[in-house]
Order: sequence, then structure tokens, then C-alpha cells
Amino acid sequence: MSVILVFLLVIAGFAGWWLSHQRLMAKPWLEQGVIGDVVGLEGSPLPTAKIGLGVFLAVVGCLFALFTSAYFMRMALSDWQALPLPRVLWFNTGVLVLSSIALQCASVAARRGQIDTVRLGLVTAGLTALAFLVGQLVAWRELTADGYLLTANPANSFFYLITGMHGLHILGGLAGLSRTTVGAWNGTRPERLCLSVELCAMYWHFLLFVWLAIFALLAGWAATFIEICRQLLT
Amino acid sequence: MVDVTPADAVPPAEVAEMELYHPHSWWTKYVFSQDAKVIAIQYSATATAIGLVALVLSWLMRLQLGFPGTFDFISPEAYYQFITMHGMIMVIYLLTALFLGGFGNYLIPLMVGARDMVFPYVNMLSYWIYLLAVLVLASSFFAPGGPTGAGWTLYPPQAIMTGTPGGQDWGIILMLVSLILFIIGFTMGGLNYVVTVLQARTRGMTLMRLPLTVWGIFTATVMALLAFPALFVACVMMLFDRSLGTSFFMPAIVEMGEQLQHGGGSPILFQHLFWFFGHPEVYIVALPAFGIVSDLISTHARKNIFGYRMMVWAIVGIGALSFVVWAHHMYVSGMHPYFGFFFATTTLIIAVPTAIKVYNWVLTLWRGDIHLTVPMLFALAFIVTFVNGGLTGLFLGNVVVDVPLSDTMFVVAHFHMVMGVAPILVIFGAIYHWYPKVTGRMLNEAMGQFHFWVTFLGAYLIFFPMHYIGLMGVPRRYHELTNTTVMTESAHDLNAFISIMAFLVGFAQVVFLFNLIWSIRHGREAGGNPWRATTLEWQTPETPPAHGNFGKELPIVYRWAYDYSVPGAKEDFIPQNVPGSFGSSREPA
Repeated sequence: MSVILVFLLVIAGFAGWWLSHQRLMAKPWLEQGVIGDVVGLEGSPLPTAKIGLGVFLAVVGCLFALFTSAYFMRMALSDWQALPLPRVLWFNTGVLVLSSIALQCASVAARRGQIDTVRLGLVTAGLTALAFLVGQLVAWRELTADGYLLTANPANSFFYLITGMHGLHILGGLAGLSRTTVGAWNGTRPERLCLSVELCAMYWHFLLFVWLAIFALLAGWAATFIEICRQLLT
Repeated sequence: MVDVTPADAVPPAEVAEMELYHPHSWWTKYVFSQDAKVIAIQYSATATAIGLVALVLSWLMRLQLGFPGTFDFISPEAYYQFITMHGMIMVIYLLTALFLGGFGNYLIPLMVGARDMVFPYVNMLSYWIYLLAVLVLASSFFAPGGPTGAGWTLYPPQAIMTGTPGGQDWGIILMLVSLILFIIGFTMGGLNYVVTVLQARTRGMTLMRLPLTVWGIFTATVMALLAFPALFVACVMMLFDRSLGTSFFMPAIVEMGEQLQHGGGSPILFQHLFWFFGHPEVYIVALPAFGIVSDLISTHARKNIFGYRMMVWAIVGIGALSFVVWAHHMYVSGMHPYFGFFFATTTLIIAVPTAIKVYNWVLTLWRGDIHLTVPMLFALAFIVTFVNGGLTGLFLGNVVVDVPLSDTMFVVAHFHMVMGVAPILVIFGAIYHWYPKVTGRMLNEAMGQFHFWVTFLGAYLIFFPMHYIGLMGVPRRYHELTNTTVMTESAHDLNAFISIMAFLVGFAQVVFLFNLIWSIRHGREAGGNPWRATTLEWQTPETPPAHGNFGKELPIVYRWAYDYSVPGAKEDFIPQNVPGSFGSSREPA
């Protein structure tokens, strides 16, 4: 359970930092009048939707941290046999990076009001994300063809479970992305479009990060890394 | 007296007005509503309905325990199914949904001075997914093989094996699917509660001016958002084990002479995931109760809450600590002694902020102008009950005491006191307190008094003897214990007594339900602020509050939520949105 505890420690650190800016030492029984003008005591100047997405991503992060924790605990048992990772995963990783870059370009363009670049970026991101999902399915097909079935070994089970869960999140993101894309053609107000492109980009970067972490986990580098850390500590 | 800015009225806030969704038809106004208040009532009604099912299940269990051998229709399988569904419904579908989905939805926007939740559409979805989860759960009663009988903790491997009711039928699958749906729905609602508190507070409503109710619900929601994923992961993995034949949790097992295809999995892994959710869940239920009870006591004792800052810090502290105590539910599963030591220590440390809260409640009462209204009675009963339940928690938090007691009725008595009776007393108190705001009418006082005394005394008559039975060594989880040495004559008599009391308390709830319905039409007119309270929900222009809550302009907050009996003020309460200082020199509490 150490992975999830470390994750929560990060969240707690962030929450503590935020709380420390909220005048928790104030004595509200002595203070009267409007004190909302003190900077930072009202809501954040960031758009509410961004805060909402941020909180949601913390929950998603928690979910994957828990899967990782379970992965490590199950891995320690004797019947674990790592499976060879299909090469197509490297290609998928590249595609997903492209997708993130395209959305980043789109969000920069949206801020500058270049609607054509925004459209191009959104479509590219959507297509590359689809390509990523197809690539993941290819990886599954390759593994099953080679006899690495879901139930054969816990390592296989975790591979399908975690990549599937990540794929579902990408799929959900695609639903949001397609709404944004339709909006980019149907003339949504520029500031609104800008916000929703930025939200998509944020979600995409986060899922890319999660994918890189998962990739490292499934490839076994994460375990090696932790082993090195443990040796350094003891 | 520190005036941060001149205390005169200031021009209306620059808080951005949110665009409200305006319903066009009866359907979008009352059924598929995006108004947090309607959603709150939908949540509460659904939770109460499924809670009544759980109440009936507890009666059936008590019938069997009190009068073993008398009721043929309660087979061992049925008994386990009753236990499982009773526990799961009460903890998740009633308590969590009612505190966060019900009170959270109703009170957060009103108390922080917002028009509505920040994402009303998502909020509406949250309710409908919750309803779907409840329906899936209820459908398992009608599935072949009936609901799961795995115990509310759903421990593998037994949860998905043939010997357990529903293990190889539909029961366990429906339970897991229902939980997964619940978590998805809750996450949608939870995002709303958290972000509304963060972003939609009205002008002047700093965090340290929030009523403690909001602090409690806010912190509990943050915890729930971080803890429920653990249950989600456990459920998904168990669903894989059950339906696809993986071995996440399932060790190699021979069942009825036949080797199952599972092998090598770890049941302990499930326990870790489950309790990583399960322990914070206790405080997800308790923290809103703490918050609400603070407000009830302060309002009905006409006195500012003692040690507001400490109360806030304690809430946050309890929330953080509750994530590092989960393994104290697993002492009997065996663990390294150092781990046991660690978890026993953290468990005992959590008593410190909790005790601070109890002291502060008592000191708020000290020399207060106590009005023994029905909500106040329930609040006082909560303090007593929570202390009682908490004290036995100190016993069970220690490894050496827990191991012999863990499988006895003592544990049943402990957790029913601390997370069953105590939060439910707060729910009742809160309903008596806020019902006038929701409906515009007071609940009937006489029926309320009757409901309180029967529930409060009855709950003690149920659970105090149960501690004793547990100490005698009567084990929990057994369908029948007729001819065993631990079941002495007196234990039998006590069991029968407990069962009769359980029926009595159950019937008192019927009076309460009748009161809820009867008072909608026949209750005394309440007016906008019957308790003469300071918080913003009592200052709305209309009662019940209209869509948008606050009429044309949002209120501006000039003071904290607890200005009761301020010396020099005209009345014994000053609402949060009243400007100006009143010539007092109150000492810091």
C-alpha cells in the first residue's frame, strides 16, 4: 500500500499548502466586516471548471495509484510470471505523446484566437488518440495470440485490467474532445472554446502521464527502480 | 474588536453570477431537476426508502437471534443474506448517501451563499446513477439464489464460492456492480460538493467563517473522493475473479473435492483495499455528523461554539489520520507485530482530536441558554452515544484486547453505537432542525419527543446488553447458538429482550415517518427562521428557498456563523449577513 500512501502524501501536501494560505489561524469571532478583499480568501481566480477537473484528476490518480499498489502486492507472491511487452506499445506511446502535443498546440492557438489551428489540433489529437486505442487493441490481440491469456497468470490479468482501465478513461476523454471539436466548427464563443480546449489538454496530459507510469510499471522498470531505492535506503 | 474593513454595508459582491438552468416543464422542475435542493430531497427519499428495507432486515435477524428455532423461514443462508444487505445498505446506501447526497446538496449551496452547485447537470446525473445503484442492489433480492450472503465486508475467497449464498449466483455480481455504480455516481456528486465550497462561496465567506456543518461535509467529501477508489478497485478485481476466472484474490482452493481454476491470489490484498476504504468510511459518516451537531448545539444553546478554530483543525486532523489506521480492522488476519503496534498507535492518536471535539461541545453547553427542543435532544444524545461508542473503540484499537473480542457481539455493539446509532441520531436531529426550511412547517413536537425518547432509550437497551453478551464470549455471525456453552440462560434472555427492544425502536420510526408526511400539511407555520439561527440558509427571502436560493442579490457575509447572545446586541443572535459591529468586548473563546 506504499504507492497509494505516497500519492496521498502528495495530495495532503498540496492540501496543506492551500490551507496554509486560508488564514486558518484567524480568530473569526473577533473579525467583523467584509474580509473577502484579502487576496486569495475567496475562490481561486482559475475557472471553476478547471478546479473541478483538477479534483477529478486527483481521484483518477488515486484510482491508478491503488491499482499500482495492488500490482506490487500481488507481484510479491510466488506465482507471478512477467509477460513480454508487445513492441507496438512503444508505437502507442509515441502516438499518445503526439496527441498531447497536438492538444497543447490547439490550446495555445485558442488563446491566440487562431481558429484554424485549433481545429487542426483538435482533429489531430482525436485521430491520434483513436490510433492509440487501436494500438492497444492490437497489443491485446498479439498477447492473446501468443497464449498470454487473461487468466493464465496474475501479471497478464493486471496487464489487461490496467490498460483497459486507462483505455476507458481515454474513451471518456474522447467524448469530451468530440464535443469540443464540434463546438470549434459550430462557432462556440471564443473564450468558451478556449476553456474547453484547455480542459481537454489538461486531461490529455494527465492521461499521458498516467500511461507513462503504467508503461514503466508493466515493463518492470518501476519495480527495478523501487528495488534500487530500497537498497539505497538500507 | 478587530474590524478588518469598516463594518458598514458594502456594495454587492463582484462574485460572478452563475448562469442558472431554468426548468421549462414539470419534469425538469421536479424529476430531472438540476436544483441542488430537489436533488437533495430525491437523495434523502431514496436513501430512506432503502434504509427501511435494511430496518426490516434487522428485525428479521433479531427474530432469529432472540427466538432461535421459532421461525422456519429464516434459514442460515437467509440469515447471512440479511446481515450482508443490512450492513451494506446502512453504511453506504443510507448513511453516506444521506449525509453527503442529502444534507450536502441541501445545505452546502445555502450555507456558503451560492445559487446552486457549480456543476448542476453533473449533480443531477449523480442522483440518477445513485438511484440505479440502489435499484441494482434491490434487484438482487429477486435474483435467482437471492442477494449475496458474504457479510458486508465481502471477504474473498468465501464471497464468490458455492457455499456462500449468492456466491456462484447473481447475488455477488449485482452487489459489486451496484457498488461500482454508487462510486461513479458519488464521485460526480462529490466533485460538486468540494468545488462548490472552494469556488462558490459568497463575498466575505472565508473558510474560517464557514459553519462547521460545511466543514464537516466538505472534509468528509474530500476523504470519500480519495477512499472510494479503493473500494472501486477491490470491486472491479473481485468482479474479474468471479466472472472471468482471474486470481487476484483467490488462492488455490479445493471445493467439494474439485480443484478450482483459481490459484495463488491473496485474500489479504482484498482486505487491505477494502479497509483502506472502510476505515475512512467511518469518518466519512462521522465528520458530517460532527459538523451538524456543532451547529445544532450552538444554535439551541444560544451560545457561540467553543473553540471554533480547534473544531476546524480537529476535523481536518481526523480526516488525515483516518487514512493511516485501516489495518486495525485486520488484527485477526495476522500481521507483523510492528505493524500492529503502528496501527494501534495511530488508532489511539485519533482519539485526541475526537476528544477535543467532545470537550468543545460540552464547553459550548456550559452556562448556555439550553433549549431542550427535539433537535437539541438528539444532539445531546449524540454526544453521549458517541462517547460511549468511542470508549469501546479504545478497547478494540489495541491488538491484545481486539484479538479475543473481535469475533464476539462486543464488536457488533461497538460499531453500532459509534457509527450506527450516533450518526443516525444526528440525522434525526438535523431533520427536525432543517425540516422547517425545507417545507416551511415545523414537525410536530409531541410526536418528536415520543420519537426521541423511544429511539434514544431503546437504542441503549438494545446495545448495552449486547456489549455484555459479547464479553461473555457469544460470537457474532452465527445463525443459531442453541446448545453451546457460551449461550447461558441469561444470555438467551438478554437476546430475547434485545429483540423486543429492536422492534419497539423500529416502530418508533414509523411515528417519525408519519410525522414527516403529516407535518407537510398540518405542521405549524415555521416562518423563515424559527430557531433564530445565524447561518445563511435561514436568511433566504423565501421559505422554502426558491430556485437560485437568495433572490436578486447574493448575501454578503460580515461575521462568523456563531454570533449568539452577543452582549449589547438587540437580539440574541446576529445573522451572518448583518453588517455592523455591536459594542461588545467578547473575550476570545
